[in-house]
Amino acid sequence: MDETLFDFLLRMGDSTLILGHRISEWCGHAPVLEEDIALANTALDLIGQTQMWLGLAGEIEGKGRSADDLAFLRDAWDFRNALLVELPNGDFGRTILRQFLFDAWHKPMLKALAGSDNERVAEIAAKAVKEVDYHLERSANTVVALGDGTDESHRRMQDALDALWPYAGELRTIAGPDGVIPDGVADAHSAMMREVLSEATLKIPEGEFAHKGGVSGQMHTEHLGHLLTTMQWLQRAYPGATW
Amino acid sequence: MSSVNPGALPDGADAPRARNEWPLWEIFIRGQHGMSHRHVGSLHAPDAKTAIQNARDVYTRRNEGVSIWVVEASRITASAPSDKGPMFEPSESKIYRHPTFFDIPDDVGAM
Repeated sequence: MDETLFDFLLRMGDSTLILGHRISEWCGHAPVLEEDIALANTALDLIGQTQMWLGLAGEIEGKGRSADDLAFLRDAWDFRNALLVELPNGDFGRTILRQFLFDAWHKPMLKALAGSDNERVAEIAAKAVKEVDYHLERSANTVVALGDGTDESHRRMQDALDALWPYAGELRTIAGPDGVIPDGVADAHSAMMREVLSEATLKIPEGEFAHKGGVSGQMHTEHLGHLLTTMQWLQRAYPGATW
Repeated sequence: MSSVNPGALPDGADAPRARNEWPLWEIFIRGQHGMSHRHVGSLHAPDAKTAIQNARDVYTRRNEGVSIWVVEASRITASAPSDKGPMFEPSESKIYRHPTFFDIPDDVGAM
């Protein structure tokens, strides 16, 4: 088995899976109907991408595990998602800011991967980047609207940024299928964040400290286990259940 | 609930609106090239750009459209239901205005 490729696929697929699950928690609870549907659409896009990444991961692993097996039957220590996406939703502003910090990395990463020598990876990335292009447009617009909105929305967005900023850096450590971080992704991520956050009148916290441990699998936050308990409950209680 | 106030004139951009409420937008979707935009419903949004995005998420998620128009509901001037008599009844009796005397070849398709 190509371990480097397998780890890469888990990092992509687990990140979209966990973020997709987190956003799906908003279904029926978003502040307005329009945002509720938009968040559900985004969650479904991400789960769809998960099926492609983890489906390929199962093939590469060669042990007969499907995307569903990988999603529902692994425990926290086997997940390779970035820490950012497993953090709790918080309020709507924090959810949208987390989405933006992720999208701002996701788009350049997928654009780079679409040019990968690995055709299967390039195919998935090319399909996903169209969806993510829209995710980024939407989350960036909403971050600007809330950051540069009322006193309360500005305060909530600044609180969200102060809390989430140390988790954005880990995304940039995710390497491509060949084990090398694609050129230009880190710069594009930083530039996009600075541009949008400054338009949103938000102050970027000082310091470059970044929490790590999700992508390497060394140490997830305590939140991942709770998320998996909810997400995996059905397959754990009724193994092999289908509907 | 009608989203359009019958007989109302456009409010103009500066008209005050209820606090904490986004304006209502009427959404028109073109299903495929060559067809006209059709009214599909309405939604709330703070501005036109967001209204387009919301319309994309609410009304085109099952591949319904190739083009979206949005218009603020308050900008639409509608005929008043009370004027129905003078507005529409006079045409009822003028059957000669209907082009029902022509045979339309099948090949023409939808007209």
